[in-house]
Amino acid sequence: MSRARRLGLTLIAPLIAVVAAALVTSLVLLGVGESVGEFWAVVLSVPSSRLMVTIVNNASVLYLSGLAAAIGFRMNLFNIGVEGQYRVATFAGAYFAGLALLPGVLNTLVAIGVAMAAGAAWAGIAAVLRVTRGVSEVISTIMLNAIAGGLVAFLLRELGEQQGQIRRTTTIPESAWVPGIPLIPGEPSLVYGLALLALVAGVGYAVVLNRTRFGFDLRATGASETAAVASGVNVKRMTVAALLLSGAVAGLIGMPDLFGDSHAYGSTIQVGLGFTGIAVALVGRNHPAGIALGALIFAFLSVQSNALGIIAGISPEIVAVTQGVVVLSVVIAYEVVRRYQLRIEQTEVARALEREPAAGSEVGT
Amino acid sequence: MSKTVTATAAVRLTDIAKRFPGVIANHDVDVTITPGTVHALVGENGAGKSTLMKILYGVQKPDDGTISVGGEQVTFASPADAISQGIGMVFQHFQLADNLTVLENVVLGAEKLHGIKQQARDEIERLSSAYGFGLDPEELVESLGVGQRQRVEILKVLYRGARIIILDEPTAVLVPQEVDALFANLRELKREGHTLVFISHKLDEVLAVADEITVLRRGTTVATVEPSSVTAHDLAELMVGAELPSPSTAESTVTDEVVLDVAGLRVDDAAGRSLLHEVSLRIHAGEVLGIAGVEGNGQTELVEAVIGMRPAAAGSVALGGDDVTGWDTRRRRAAGIGYIPEDRHRHGLLLGAPLWENRILGHQTRPPSTRGVWINRPGAAEDSQRIVESYDVRTPGVDANAGALSGGNQQKFIVGREMSGDPVLLVAAHPTRGVDVGAQAAIWDQIRAARRQGLAVLLVSADLDEVIGLSDTIRAVLRGRLTDEFDPQTVTPQELGAAMTGAGTQPQAQP
Amino acid sequence: MSTVAGASAPGAAGPPQPVGAAPRRSSPRSMLWVWLLLGLLALASARVLSGADDIDSPGTLGAALTLAIPIALAGLGGLWSERAGVVNIGLEGMMILGTLGAGYYTFHFGVWAGLLGAMAFGAIGGLLHGTATVVFGVDHIVSGVAINIIAAGAAAFLAEVFFSGLPGGGPTQSPALPNAPSFGVPILSGAASDLATKDWFVVSDAASVVAALTTDMSAFTLLALAAFAGTYWVLWHTPFGLRLRSCGESPTAAETLGVNVYRYKMIAVTASGALAGFAGCYLAVVASSGYANGQTGGRGYIGLAAMIFGNWRPGGLLTGSLLFGYTDAARLRSGGESVHALLLVVAAGLLVFALWQLRRARAAHAVGFAVAGGVVLFWFLATDTIPSDFTQMTPFVATLLVLALFSQRLRMPAADGQRYRRGEAG
Repeated sequence: MSRARRLGLTLIAPLIAVVAAALVTSLVLLGVGESVGEFWAVVLSVPSSRLMVTIVNNASVLYLSGLAAAIGFRMNLFNIGVEGQYRVATFAGAYFAGLALLPGVLNTLVAIGVAMAAGAAWAGIAAVLRVTRGVSEVISTIMLNAIAGGLVAFLLRELGEQQGQIRRTTTIPESAWVPGIPLIPGEPSLVYGLALLALVAGVGYAVVLNRTRFGFDLRATGASETAAVASGVNVKRMTVAALLLSGAVAGLIGMPDLFGDSHAYGSTIQVGLGFTGIAVALVGRNHPAGIALGALIFAFLSVQSNALGIIAGISPEIVAVTQGVVVLSVVIAYEVVRRYQLRIEQTEVARALEREPAAGSEVGT
Repeated sequence: MSKTVTATAAVRLTDIAKRFPGVIANHDVDVTITPGTVHALVGENGAGKSTLMKILYGVQKPDDGTISVGGEQVTFASPADAISQGIGMVFQHFQLADNLTVLENVVLGAEKLHGIKQQARDEIERLSSAYGFGLDPEELVESLGVGQRQRVEILKVLYRGARIIILDEPTAVLVPQEVDALFANLRELKREGHTLVFISHKLDEVLAVADEITVLRRGTTVATVEPSSVTAHDLAELMVGAELPSPSTAESTVTDEVVLDVAGLRVDDAAGRSLLHEVSLRIHAGEVLGIAGVEGNGQTELVEAVIGMRPAAAGSVALGGDDVTGWDTRRRRAAGIGYIPEDRHRHGLLLGAPLWENRILGHQTRPPSTRGVWINRPGAAEDSQRIVESYDVRTPGVDANAGALSGGNQQKFIVGREMSGDPVLLVAAHPTRGVDVGAQAAIWDQIRAARRQGLAVLLVSADLDEVIGLSDTIRAVLRGRLTDEFDPQTVTPQELGAAMTGAGTQPQAQP
Repeated sequence: MSTVAGASAPGAAGPPQPVGAAPRRSSPRSMLWVWLLLGLLALASARVLSGADDIDSPGTLGAALTLAIPIALAGLGGLWSERAGVVNIGLEGMMILGTLGAGYYTFHFGVWAGLLGAMAFGAIGGLLHGTATVVFGVDHIVSGVAINIIAAGAAAFLAEVFFSGLPGGGPTQSPALPNAPSFGVPILSGAASDLATKDWFVVSDAASVVAALTTDMSAFTLLALAAFAGTYWVLWHTPFGLRLRSCGESPTAAETLGVNVYRYKMIAVTASGALAGFAGCYLAVVASSGYANGQTGGRGYIGLAAMIFGNWRPGGLLTGSLLFGYTDAARLRSGGESVHALLLVVAAGLLVFALWQLRRARAAHAVGFAVAGGVVLFWFLATDTIPSDFTQMTPFVATLLVLALFSQRLRMPAADGQRYRRGEAG
């Protein structure tokens, strides 16, 4: 199949999904008597530079979340626990950095490492349960999300300090703060310095999965466990490694905001990032570029929707419906496209071979 | 020598033909089945027996020919039509739900006949005791042994009123005692007036139970005989053909260096039943050891034990001088074992990945696929191209997904890949299954060439041409045990066929 | 196609069986009674040993039942779906839809309309899941996750639309809803309550149970229990149920026998959604005083865990739900003290499990459990109460514990979660 055609088929599914989501959203709005026109006017309006910075920031964080989920998905493991891993990791990183044991940049770097380790450890619980006791990682990671919430709340109570109305970890010393990036000239708000982590992680993801032996083994196990076993892969070890990696990347999710803006872990931490990341990974079909696109779209929708309440009198929550429908329709569209693609390929190969002189009948199957 | 038909045939198949893409499964098939008899259909794997019976049961439609049941011509659009004509089929792969009871499995889909409660229970018990099945309707199928499961399948068809029962390779997975029990059941059924069609390649059993035997070879009927007038050897001869595939007359390349040493190997299944007993063999550099046998006799387990996919319950496996019994698959393959799996889709390929990625599969530790921890894409692609050219793999390019290629081309690619790693031992399970004749010859040439370079080959195959043509030494496997060695230069098809099917090596008088 | 007959071919070879006793299925009802009795003993002992009297007071037990039912109904929905071979992670989302439907329809049209509306909303979610998985062959878990996202968003949005203008309501909650009618058995209830206040070992505890069951029993609870009984009867005693279960055990066998597998799967998943909707309605109307954003709090997933614990059977599912509902109630009522007492039960359980692993000659596992049991015991002895943050997690920790202990012994429907396409048989 030609490259162009293959590309076309890959893009058509998200396109269908976006159209379907737009349709459903509009129908829902119509159904409850809201103005569809106003909705689209607000959502499709060109964002101000300040909002654009917010979109980029949100997208980079969502991207990390999507990557974390995608690592698991490539191996047919459903790490729904990104939310919990991210919380535990961000707390750990914030707390460590707040301790100020190390100077300046070193503090930042090691704190990030601590966060990744914490995220990996939290995911590791689910991994161990799966390979030793056969517990489905779907439910165990969901439970660990809830447990993470309680655990971190407790630790915050014990180890944090009261700052006005809210409780937070000790503020990170300024020497460890990461400066922002002035992406848009003239715009005072800055993109998170650590948004670059998203870039690094994305490249790392692409390189490791596609260019290393480990990545090959991981993808093979996800594609066909039996073939992977025959090729020498130890599935249990692979499962643990994949989940640990997934948790480590989840640990990065909170870092841009932590070192760029809030400088402490507090009860104001953004919730739901883990789940949105899963959606973004599904939309992007676990492909680093696709996830980036998905992250941008979702971030765009979320940011734009904030104005819906004020300007159009529509609850911003409708955008969650849009996002959800995008996910569902994209996975359905992918399935349909995949089957179509397989049929086309088989016909193409058969046609290519027909042109060759016949090689004789085959011996019995 | 065929018997003159004096009564209306229960089933008559005339001039049946069936073609699949690239394969002629049946042509010019004529079978007449007398009512109230056990009619056996024999032939090698691939002779066309199963396809013929699927036509009779309505799972497939014939391209040519007619079917008549009880004297009337019929056409079947689906198994439901066949069932309504009183035909029932017991498939080789049982279709049973383990977690459901015998009762539930039997009544599923036929709840209207006797309900699903006491009446159904009574009917099942009645059938079971009438034919000596000894089945308890409330027992879970998963706790049943293989022989019992088969009886459940037979009960399923009887429950739906079948008078003509087709059994596809019923003894393929039974141990001798279970076979005796089955035959007792079949005789009961015959006494009650049922007609039985028995597909098999196990000649001793066929001669013991059948009233008439039809032999199929390469998709067509070659003879219909009565057991009283033939011996197992005559049958074996009819099955494999009197031509003897000519063994290679080149000089022996077998050296003294032992590459593979298997001693006392025992492999058990999950429930502790031994699938391989006391298997010992030695393969030298430059030697091809051919294991001839019909599927289901332990070849898969032997192959998997050598590769490391299945643990040995007892015994040892040594490669070169090293004891590899405890090594995992990756280590063994890295040490130089090439593997051509019998199920290429499950074990040999990533169907959704391009060919060049499949080049890497199984060879993740060696060049040209990898360089250290990195995948060497250009290396893999280049080598894939080489394989495509040398092995005549028909594909638009190395970027094509493996799943889009035909089975034969997939196999050629796998063979090429496995030979590329400079293996010291090649484990080849049915390496030319589904491959056209020209490619088959090419693969054989490649194996012979590698053998001259010192490759040791463990060849497992049900194709006698292949086994005799390629091997330096032949052994047969039957029910988990290896027979003594045969010399391909001197073995006769009768001997080999007999060893594979358990018909014995001496001419026997009929019981 | 490989036609290897032998141990590697599915279905063709089975384990060799000793002639004689064949394992029958243990009667679901007898297992339920055994567990309940054990639970009673454990609680009574813990109460006496720790002095936390509230852990099995009639109030707590009543609350346990009330909190158990939504979990149980969600799990029942999961059971219907998985028995037909479709994994339904989207139960949480369908439950959310149920709470929304209940909020809207109960307020405007009364409790019974609310129930129907909730079930309808849940069924729509089920239909969506079924279409994605059965018709289009989408991976079951992916579809479930997507539906949860959609449902959460839809509920939050529609809540604002439905409830903002209403008295007592707001953008994230409905006005107070009328409760379903409830029943009691006056004399028995009073006597049992009295008996429960005396500190007699086991007798008082048992009386506590009776009191909880005979006081203020909601009509919805009775309906839920009827749903359980009905499920058991339909799935295990009717042709329809047999066919449905066969789709989850061996869809190819069912297909060869003429069963329309797609149809049964769709019916099962839709029913699953309706039951999750019922669960949501119960949560909003009986367990709470109305709809509130996020009130499901993960109970859909806990329901799935209860289903796994119950080995995909209604009786076991109910037992598991009672267990989880109990942990939910204990932490809500007297938080720290009750949950602290439960530590004792958990420690005992872990040590027993460790011994059992030892019997099965699995030393590594035995040591693991023994260490865990020791840690929990130490925790119980070293502290007086449990911080509220931890008590919040009680149901989730319980779920994990149960899954870790029991996952391996359980057997799900053989074809659960598998993508099925017609024509793959034979």
